[in-house]
Amino acid sequence: MTATPEPRWVHHGHSTLALHELRGGSGRPLLWLHGLGERTPSSVPAPVAGWPGPVLGLDFTGHGRSTVPRGGGYTAEALLGDVDAVLAAVGEVSIVGRGLGAYVGLLAAGARAALVHGVVLADGPGLGGGGVQPSSPAVAVPGTTRPVPPDPWALVELARDVRPPDYALTYLRFAQERSPAPEPVLVAAALRPDWLAAVADDPSVRTLPLAEAVGVLVGG
Amino acid sequence: MEGDERAAAVDGRAGARADLLVVDDPDAAFPGARRPDRRRAVDSWGVELAVAEWGDPEAPPLFLAHGGFDFAETMNGFAPLLVEAGWRVVSWDQRGHGRSAWAHLYNWEADLRDAVAVLDTVTDSPLPVVGHSKGGSLLLHLAEALPHRVSHIVNIDGIPSRRNMPDVADHERRKMVAAELEAWLEHRRRTSGKVRRAGTLDELAQRRGRMNPRLSPEWLRYLVRVGGRLDADGWRWRIDPTLRMGGFGPWRPEWSMHRLATVGVPLLAVLATEPEVMGWGTRAEDIAPILPPGARVEVADGMGHFCHVEQPRRMADLVLEHVGAAR
Repeated sequence: MTATPEPRWVHHGHSTLALHELRGGSGRPLLWLHGLGERTPSSVPAPVAGWPGPVLGLDFTGHGRSTVPRGGGYTAEALLGDVDAVLAAVGEVSIVGRGLGAYVGLLAAGARAALVHGVVLADGPGLGGGGVQPSSPAVAVPGTTRPVPPDPWALVELARDVRPPDYALTYLRFAQERSPAPEPVLVAAALRPDWLAAVADDPSVRTLPLAEAVGVLVGG
Repeated sequence: MEGDERAAAVDGRAGARADLLVVDDPDAAFPGARRPDRRRAVDSWGVELAVAEWGDPEAPPLFLAHGGFDFAETMNGFAPLLVEAGWRVVSWDQRGHGRSAWAHLYNWEADLRDAVAVLDTVTDSPLPVVGHSKGGSLLLHLAEALPHRVSHIVNIDGIPSRRNMPDVADHERRKMVAAELEAWLEHRRRTSGKVRRAGTLDELAQRRGRMNPRLSPEWLRYLVRVGGRLDADGWRWRIDPTLRMGGFGPWRPEWSMHRLATVGVPLLAVLATEPEVMGWGTRAEDIAPILPPGARVEVADGMGHFCHVEQPRRMADLVLEHVGAAR
């Protein structure tokens, strides 16, 4: 299958975001969130091929066909706003996130628990961020600042953002308290940066191979 | 500022250009205040920043940073007093604030980069830096990241602490975070493509009074005249409507507070005593254990967060005691 040539456009802040329909259909969509520096793939990724409904993919700000901002300023929370713009446009979804997309997917599952019917956290670029507390401040500048995706500022800043385990657990708790999914958060990642180790160690969170975890979302 | 972002269906997209040339109210005046002697633009990686300067362009420079939701011209009463001592005062509107361009995105690293972009146009030599509130905290980061660029640092009520955070149980705190999260996301949904609501000069002054409850109506009206924009449908604040006070995220106040310990140049920290919505409520005892050797803490008794506006002469004297006169 190939991506729809022209994506649907959604707006968040001053950015215009590309929401790709990788597969049409009815029912609750699966939203694919790519990793840092990636973009929505051109076809339905194999691990989610068994999803029975529509499959959508969002290009985060600075990625794929979405707006490339001037002068950086990225936070994971801004990308949470990107996902929320999708939720405002399409309603309830389930999410599979890779790397950075896994972290943002967890934030979305907690922040909009009523609209996110489960999230699977998978390996991918940008999973770790910058660790659990700030390093020494630096005026970090990418090697190139050509305004083409993926935005070099995104690559620099979202590899340095702080992701404390207790912060991630707050979103897990929100998801557990308010999500309609029986298992609102599933872990499919092999790598375990501190934030993800804290989530995976929670007794209520199962770790499964990606395709199986997606199957749990289908069943839920 | 919640009511301030009412929808107005005009172009609210991030622009690349600073709004340097428009003088909405050339007659704006306030006793003791002086508008910048010069304005110029600095490009910070594609975001154009509006720089304001007071004093002789050949005089030794002093770098001045405003607080969050302020703009350089909130220093119109304070900066001229430093000029009197021979300094060339250089300030700038932070991205999305004042006359600087709106950015697509905002974070601390970007603000730090912007500060350095402006500083690079001023001098390569170490210079005194003075910052209020967020600007003070930002300059603490600058002093740690680029210590060779700073000779003295003055932080005016800009040391974050947990003191103004409510003392509540974990489950209550989680509810508060959840409510804040939802409010932030709703704000993001509402403000896409919007600009701030227009109003009369008095209406804008009243809105700002919620942030500045201790400042006089006359000063707030002056701020509208120097910091607002006069459109066909009325005055509106220039600040990017996607920005919002408060917020959430992984950042913790103590992370910024602990920067104090890294400062290797003479440090003056001014702490206001009167509680205010925009202030941190930090007390001298909170920072005593992490002050660098020789640091001076001045408790501004009876003064609120905007002490440089409340008593500009007193604050200028403190700064000048610390950094000296330029001539």
